[in-house]
Order: sequence, then C-alpha cells, then structure tokens
Amino acid sequence: MTLERFLILGAILFGIGLYGVLSKKHAIAVLMSLEIMFNGVNVTAVALSRYTVPYTVPDTFVDASRFLLTGHVFTVFIITVAAAEVALGLAIIIAIYRTRQSVLITDAKELSR
Amino acid sequence: MINEQLVWAIFFIPLASFCLLALLVRPFFNSYSYISGPIAIVSIGISFILSLLTFFEVATNSNHNLVSEPNSWLEIGDFHFTVGILMDPLTAVMLVVVTGVSLMVQIYSMGYMKPSNHGSENAEHHGPEELGKPVYARYFAYMSLFTASMLGLVMAANVVQLFVFWELVGLCSYLLIGFWFHRPAAAAAAKKAFIVTRIGDFGFLIALMYLFFKTHNKGDNYLEISVINANLPGLVDAGLITAGALTLIALGMFVGAIGKSGQFPLHTWLPDAMEGPTPVSALIHAATMVTAGVFLVARFFPIFEHSPDVMLIVTIIGGVTAIFAATMGLVANDIKRVLAYSTVSQLGYMMLALGVGAYGPAIFHLFTHAFFKALLFLGSGSVNHATGTFDMRYMGGLRRKMPITYITFLIGSLSLAGIFPLAGFWSKDEILLNAWDKGDVASIIGFSLALIAVFMTAFYMFRALLLTFEGDFRGGSDKDPEAQAHGPVHLTESPFPMVLPLVILAIPAVIIGFLVNPIKDFGGIPAHWFTHKLEHSLHLPPPPAFDPILAIISSLIALLGILLAWAMYKRNPYLSPATMGRVAGPIYTLFLNKYYVDEVYEKFITGRIYYNGIALISDWIDRNIVDRTVNIIGWLGANFGSLIRELQTGQTQMYATVTSVGIIIIAAVYIFGM
Repeated sequence: MTLERFLILGAILFGIGLYGVLSKKHAIAVLMSLEIMFNGVNVTAVALSRYTVPYTVPDTFVDASRFLLTGHVFTVFIITVAAAEVALGLAIIIAIYRTRQSVLITDAKELSR
Repeated sequence: MINEQLVWAIFFIPLASFCLLALLVRPFFNSYSYISGPIAIVSIGISFILSLLTFFEVATNSNHNLVSEPNSWLEIGDFHFTVGILMDPLTAVMLVVVTGVSLMVQIYSMGYMKPSNHGSENAEHHGPEELGKPVYARYFAYMSLFTASMLGLVMAANVVQLFVFWELVGLCSYLLIGFWFHRPAAAAAAKKAFIVTRIGDFGFLIALMYLFFKTHNKGDNYLEISVINANLPGLVDAGLITAGALTLIALGMFVGAIGKSGQFPLHTWLPDAMEGPTPVSALIHAATMVTAGVFLVARFFPIFEHSPDVMLIVTIIGGVTAIFAATMGLVANDIKRVLAYSTVSQLGYMMLALGVGAYGPAIFHLFTHAFFKALLFLGSGSVNHATGTFDMRYMGGLRRKMPITYITFLIGSLSLAGIFPLAGFWSKDEILLNAWDKGDVASIIGFSLALIAVFMTAFYMFRALLLTFEGDFRGGSDKDPEAQAHGPVHLTESPFPMVLPLVILAIPAVIIGFLVNPIKDFGGIPAHWFTHKLEHSLHLPPPPAFDPILAIISSLIALLGILLAWAMYKRNPYLSPATMGRVAGPIYTLFLNKYYVDEVYEKFITGRIYYNGIALISDWIDRNIVDRTVNIIGWLGANFGSLIRELQTGQTQMYATVTSVGIIIIAAVYIFGM
C-alpha cells in the first residue's frame, strides 16, 4: 500500500461528496454528502500523517515534534465538529420544515432578488 | 528644576480641564456646573506657576534655551513629522503672558458669568437650552481649550504643530465670540471672525506648503522651526533657493499674521468680536488670539530679517494700522469698541517695531500691553455689570460709585497712553526710538504715524474715561434702546471675583515696564535684560540708547491728547463735541463708519466680485461638470448593478457550485502553473 492510493481514495470520497452537496435537492442528502466530504479529508489527513512522520520512536528523544500525531488529532477534531455540525444542521432542517413544510433546499431561496 | 514633562504639563493641564468640563461636567453633572469655574482656575493656576518657573529658568539659564528632543509623530518614507517643545525666551515670555492673563480673566469670569448676575448682559440671553447653569460649564470649557491651544501654539517646535494650534485658536475664538449664539449679531460676528482670519490662515498655509516644496530635498528637516530659522537664510546665501522664494514664504506668513492680529486690511473682524462675553474679549485682545500674529512674525524673525521687502511691508502695514485703527477709536461710542480699536492700533505698533527690526521692543510691548489691555477690558466689563450697557453715551458719573474700577481703569488708560513711569511708556518709547533710529524712509513714515497715534490713543482713552466715570449718570441700560440687559441698573462696585483681577492686573500695568526692561541697571536688574535675552540669538545691531528728548516729546504729545479730551468731555467743555462734530463733520462720519471698509468688503468684494463673478462661474462648474460627473457615475453603478443582480438566484447550490469551480480553477492554475 502506498500513500498515493490513500490520497486517491480521499479525493474520490471528497469528489463524490461534493457532487452530492451540489446536486441533491433533499437537505438530508446534502448533509450526508457533506459527511462523505469530511471523511475524504479524514482519510487524507491520517494517511499523510502516517506516511510522512516516522512510525517508531527512536531511543533518544532528540526532536519531539517528529512524533506528533498531527493528522490523527485533526481527524478526531473533524469527527467531533462534524457530529456537532450535523446536530445543528438537522435542527435547522427541522426548523425549515416546520415553517414551509418542505426540506428541499431549492425551496429556500429568500435571498434571490 | 523645570524639565520637559513639566513644560508639557503647562499645555496639558488646561487641555485636561477642557476635557473634564466638556466631556464629563457638562453632559453628566450639569447641576453641579458651579465647580467648572474652580476647575478651570486651578488648572490654569498650576500652568501659570509652571510658566513662571519656566520663565525664570530660561531667564537665568546661560544656555538661553531649554532644548528637548522632538518626539517622532509620523513617518512617511524617510520623512519625519515630529512633535516637540521649542523653549526659547520668546516662548517663555508668551507662556507667562498667556497663563497670567488667562488666570486673571477666569477668576473675573467667576463673577461676570454668574447665572444669577442681574444687569449683566448674559442674564437675559439664555436660549431655550441655555437657561441656568449649562452656560457656565460650556464657557469654562471653551476658555480652557482656548488657553490650551494658545499655549500649544507658542510651544510648538514645528510648523505643522504650530499650524494645528493656530487653527485651534481660530476655532476657539469662533466658539467664544459666538458664545451667545442665539443672538444674531453674535453668531454673525463669530462667523466673520472665523472667515476673515481664515483668509489670513490661507496665506500662512500656502507659505508652509511652499516652504516644504522648496526645502524637502535640502537635507535637514525644514519643518522644524529652529532649523528654518537657523538654516533657511543660509540656503539663500548659498544660492540653493532664490531670495524671491524666501520673500514669498515670509510674505505668506505675514498674511497669516495680518489675519490673526487684525492688521489692515483684515482688521474688520476684531471690533465685531466684541459680541462675545467681555472676559473673552479681554483674553482674545490681550493674550491669546491677536498676539498670535505678532508671535508668528517674531517666531520666524530671521526669515523676515532676511527679506527686506517684507520687512518694509510689515513696517508700513504696522504704521498704517496703528493710525487707521486709532482714528476709528476716536469716535466709537461703545466702550469695548474703543478698546478693540486701541488693540488693533497697538498691534500695529508691535508690527511696526518688528518691521524696523526692533524684535525685543515688539515683544516687550506685547508683554506690557497684555496686562494693561486685559485690565481695561475687564474694567469695561465691570462698568457694564453695573450699568447694563456698553454705550458710553448712557454712562457717566461712575467714579464715586465704583472707585476701584475707576482707579484701575485710570491706571490702565495712563499706561496705554504711555505716561511716565507706567508700563506702557517704556515699551512704546522703545518702539518709537527704534523706528526713529532706523532712519530710512519707511521707518520714518511709520514713526510719524505712530507718533500721531500716540496723541489719538491718549485722546480716545481719556474720552472713554471721562465719558464713563465723570459727569452725571445718563441712565445706563434704562435709556439705551440697544442695551442687551433687561435687569435693573445697580450702580455699585462689582463683586469681589471681578474686582480682584482688576487690582492684581493694575500692579503689572504700573511696574512691569521698568522692572522688566529698565533703561539703566536698577537694583540688581541689569539694563535691558529682557530685550537682550530675547535678542541673544539674532545678532541684531546694538539697540539705540534711551533718548530723553524723544521720550519727552512723546509724553508731551500724549499729554496734549489727554488735555484735548479733558477740554471736550469735562463737565462744562471748552470745546463741545458737537462743535467739533460740525467742524470735522465728514471726517467724523468717515471715522464712525470705519472708513466704509466693511461696506467695500460686503457690497463690492462679496456682492459684486464674489456673488456675481466667482460664484456664477463656480455655480456653472458645479452644475455642469461636478454634478454631471457624479450623475454619470451613479448611472453607471445603477445599470451595472442591474446586470449583476441577475446572478442573484437565491439557490445555495448554485453559489456553492460557482465557488467550487472557482477553487478548482485556482488550484489548477496554482498546480499546473501559467
């Protein structure tokens, strides 16, 4: 397994998600697509972290920054934030549904001229 | 003993007082506004003490200047604007004058501006929101700001700094002359003062810009006053800038001085400025506003000295103003206007002195004049407090009712008339002596004009004195149809806060002449130390020695003026003013109408040239070029906007698509390069 494969997987996931976000009419489907985009990013971050930072800890701790698990930490953050964001997004969708009996985002177009 | 921080404090304490009064007391604690007087007085009192200490420090310092490093304010490229203090003998003298007179005036204002004071002009002139005490806080706030700006002006080390405070002084005079802004005359006078001095300021500003334009590539920072004075004449001698350029710079500065100091032909604002409260007039005329012009010429004296043409103009303008204003003072009926014309005339003397190169005597006269002129103005306010009018035709017989005011006013008048041995005698004599000694045609003309003005000064001061204090009382505000006060006439001496400054100011009006600048060594005071100190860095020729004959002649002329006034205005005059009026009818009318200068300005310059000439052209330009350009720009915006508006569909996904495509394009450009 090489780094490139992971990156390609991440890019495909991100692309699928982006397509969903841009094309789906149903707000829930858009949210789900967003999740796929997040996970595309997560795969990329973890893969880069795994492949570019040395895996084994050497005998002497010369440079601590080389053992940072930056990508992993970011991924955990993204998952947490995404969870919160989905909760918020669902709440908004429910609020929209209550006011206009529809969850199609094409119907929410008050900002048009 | 005195360091830079303390000198800055002289300026910042009155400024702090202004901020406190204007931003805290007036908006939030108006019902306690009686504290604003003490706040202002204490702050200016501290400044006064510091100024005195600074003055003695400078006077005893063999180095003559207390130098402080300028602080950097603004840097543009390798160009530095700085802020700093220029503390030389001139500044030290001005600090004492400004803070001293301002302190006296503010103590006096405590009595004069008192809301409950009946009979005085302000009692009946509250606008709807001015009823009661707000006047008090606003008044003292402006007074503090006025003092602070003038202090900043005299301390400025740099022309930009100087100009900022120069304009601030103008602004404060506008605010204070128009203090009773609900009175149309006051509002008009304030506007007039502002606009007329603006014309002068414009000349000053052009001079500064021209100076910068000519010198910005000549190495030193030519915005520093000390650098200008030290190096600019040298630049001319070295041929780096032309003598004509220097003349233009000096001329522009003098135009500024003409405006601020009320010299002919921009003197018209000064008499109208009498619409302000009387203590304000005292401050404007004695210490702050009008001396700024003289100060400016004195400050840049090395430049003026280096351009003989401008010195000639200064001499002539000074001499002409001295006599021109004095003639108008002869016939004015308003006691404050008499004093106003006398101020213009005395400022003419100072300009004349500067023009003939008598730097020290000019500042000496500024110094002595500040005290007795403040005294006279405050005295006229005291008279007004009792009678409710400023018109001398409705006064009279106040000598027994107001003895202190009478005696102090008499001292001030004698001093102004130049009677031995009062302060005015010494300074006026120095000026006459120097003008005579210079000896060229312009100086002799100036000298003759000044000598005639001595006669007129003595005459109009004693005319005012006799009309006001002698004879029978002629009814005050009850009789005067134009009087501003509606309270009852109450002929008693003014309250303590008003009398105290009169007495205090009377002392320097007597002694400061020979104490500060004695003609011979006098009890440990070296002869002429004041002028020597001022002139030490100027390399002027040695001053002419005291000439007893000239002194006697000028004194005799002054006495003649007093005699004539006595003959005309005593109880049973030998020469009644009516007879004189018949003999000199047309001249009298000419003087009374102020030579029709106001009419010329209004009818001809404003009406003809401005309204029917320049204004029409600018109107056409405004309508057809400026407005049309603006309309085209607006039309373009509106139409372009309606195109763009079509993109606004409200579909979030479309926006997101556009954004994504944009990012992809940017990324593509970034990755694959262009």
